[in-house]
Amino acid sequence: MNYFPDEVLEHVFDFITSHKDRNSVSLVCKSWYKIEKFSRQKVFIGNCYSISPERLIARFPGLKSLTLKGKPHFADFNLVPDDWGGFLYPWIKAMAKSRIGLEELRLKRMVVSDESLELLSKSFPNFRSLVLVSCEGFSTDGLAAIAANCKLLRELDLQENEVEDHRGHWLSCFPETSTSLVSLNFACLKGEINLASLERLVARSPNLKSLRLNRAVPFDMLQKLLMRAPQLVDLGTGSYVHDPSSEAYNKLKAAIQSCNSIRSLSGFLEVAPRCMSAIYPICKNLTFLNLSYAAGLQSNELTNLIQHCRKLQRLWILDCIGDKGLGVVASTCKELQELRVFPSDPFDAGNAAVTEEGLVLVSAGCPKLNSLLYFCQQMTNAALITVAKNCFGAIVRSCKGLKRLSLSGLLTDQVFYYIGMYAKQLEMLSIAFAGDSDKGMLYVLNGCKKLRKLEIRDCPFGDAALLEDMGKYETMRSLWMSSCEVTLGACKTLAKKMPNLNVEIINESEQVEFNLDDRLKVDKMYLYRTVVGHRKDAPEFVWLL
Amino acid sequence: MAFEKDFNLDATELRLGLPGTSEESEKQASTTLRISNKRAMPDMNEDSSVAADKKCDQETAPPTKAQVVGWPPIRSYRKNSLQTKKTEAETCGMYVKVSMDGAPYLRKIDLKMYKGYPELLKALEDMFKFKVGKYSEREGYNGSEFVPTYEDKDGDLMLVGDVPWEMFTNSCKRLRIMKGSEARGLGCVV
Repeated sequence: MNYFPDEVLEHVFDFITSHKDRNSVSLVCKSWYKIEKFSRQKVFIGNCYSISPERLIARFPGLKSLTLKGKPHFADFNLVPDDWGGFLYPWIKAMAKSRIGLEELRLKRMVVSDESLELLSKSFPNFRSLVLVSCEGFSTDGLAAIAANCKLLRELDLQENEVEDHRGHWLSCFPETSTSLVSLNFACLKGEINLASLERLVARSPNLKSLRLNRAVPFDMLQKLLMRAPQLVDLGTGSYVHDPSSEAYNKLKAAIQSCNSIRSLSGFLEVAPRCMSAIYPICKNLTFLNLSYAAGLQSNELTNLIQHCRKLQRLWILDCIGDKGLGVVASTCKELQELRVFPSDPFDAGNAAVTEEGLVLVSAGCPKLNSLLYFCQQMTNAALITVAKNCFGAIVRSCKGLKRLSLSGLLTDQVFYYIGMYAKQLEMLSIAFAGDSDKGMLYVLNGCKKLRKLEIRDCPFGDAALLEDMGKYETMRSLWMSSCEVTLGACKTLAKKMPNLNVEIINESEQVEFNLDDRLKVDKMYLYRTVVGHRKDAPEFVWLL
Repeated sequence: MAFEKDFNLDATELRLGLPGTSEESEKQASTTLRISNKRAMPDMNEDSSVAADKKCDQETAPPTKAQVVGWPPIRSYRKNSLQTKKTEAETCGMYVKVSMDGAPYLRKIDLKMYKGYPELLKALEDMFKFKVGKYSEREGYNGSEFVPTYEDKDGDLMLVGDVPWEMFTNSCKRLRIMKGSEARGLGCVV
């Protein structure tokens, strides 16, 4: 290895792209560490509190692409109070100060202020890609800054964020000279859009491959945009409500004919029945179809559409498709790898439309299925027991490659025994309302060697399970336990013995007094490994032990 | 597969969730577990609390729409957008103004109260004491001086009855009962 000049090694390392592999490379020897350090461009940080911005910059001065995740996963389900943390600003500030040549930023569950977006837009002249997933704290003013100042912007992708809409003309802030857009997704924005600006922007972006519109973009605009961008590969429609006998509808049908490249279709945020036949011509090439927000479509319209989609690999749909509809999916979509069936009515069990039958049909008809999300509101007790006892065991036994699993309800420790025994590749596990005793949790902690994230709510796991193997948590990214049987005393013990872990208690009750009884059961505990100790930005209701 | 691997670990994912309803026993269990786990005060009777939880399962009848925080496990964004649609559609009602040519003041009706055109027209007839003619797609309303029209989202004046009911209720901004000579040309085909 001493025979190679650094440039050669660097060139070799260029071919190593996975984070894990690059991490391994840096451990080989000092010279490899140094070369890898300066040549590393992409960094993934799964927990923004595991390291500080300053240390990141010192470690990887050549950083160009950063992925950051903030709040714990259960924040998606309202289990984490607002203001818990996960602020972007300190990261932007530090990178701007150190003249990092940032080009790409991908964020998930972070609090992003307009201030940070503005600083971002002004500090990095080569910035080209911003992807925000499940973030909050910003408004369309921040987007305006990005549009106006990032001259080389290629990608602006906003997925399921809570954005305050100031009804400004952020779209108009893209300069007339900007022609570099490849991907634009603003489907989650709730407010009005300057349609003329949108059309002009699309018209001057010849490289635009992905366009996802919001609800404010009306049907007749869609046709105009498709005429401007027949090269689109990924389309998300806005409002899809119109009279099927109208002129606009005929124009859309004509426009769609020339869109031969569309492989991915989503949107339909507002949809009228009897309008879907316009898109049949592109269905035969679709690999991804997301109709999970199209509450206006009935089962027969859905199945009529799906019958044209023989090449589908990923399907996201609402449960109003019904078991019969899933039968059609099973017989049509032989290439299906991923299926997500969402509840159309999350709070009212009245119109339950899919049962275990639909699931069985799909699993029988689609041999390539490897990813599944399935909400069924009605399951007989008998089927429940079958699924809980037999299927979980069977599935876990046969899916040795399983990386991520979520379970809930009426499951005994036996299920966790199977998981610990067979799911050796498991990296993320979510458990809710399950298990009988500490044994359940221990089976998992002992058996799943590759476990990175474990999140548990409303299960009878307590101190014995928590404290049995404290070193295990240093091999994981994080552990979340809420409404379990864990006491304050055990958390304190853990925090004291493991200085490389941050143990946070989230306490939402009125009580401010810290010196409570150690026997008190903790409502929410979140612990994670870190190299930088306690964070400085924790709010009052978060106790750092 | 160029799909957000970093974010979702979706290379191989299996999720089987069993959300409860008020009918299923595990939902009852989960509802009461949550309620009894609220620990505002230190609970001195630690060993009895577990037993108490189990007892609760059988005794307490949960309210029909007992909602456990964070259940079902759907992202807030998705829940909110489904709920918004429901709220918009169901709770608020769809009140539109109704004017009749020659009448001194306007009325307001809730379009949500009617299942279709026949009921709506009957209600209008009762309210304003008139009769609409017979509707046909070709000729509009025949046999009456009065023609029901509406203003749609685009501000255009349209004849009531041409589009499917759902589409009508989604796009109708106000109703106008036109009279006499003005009505000619809109509903009639020469």
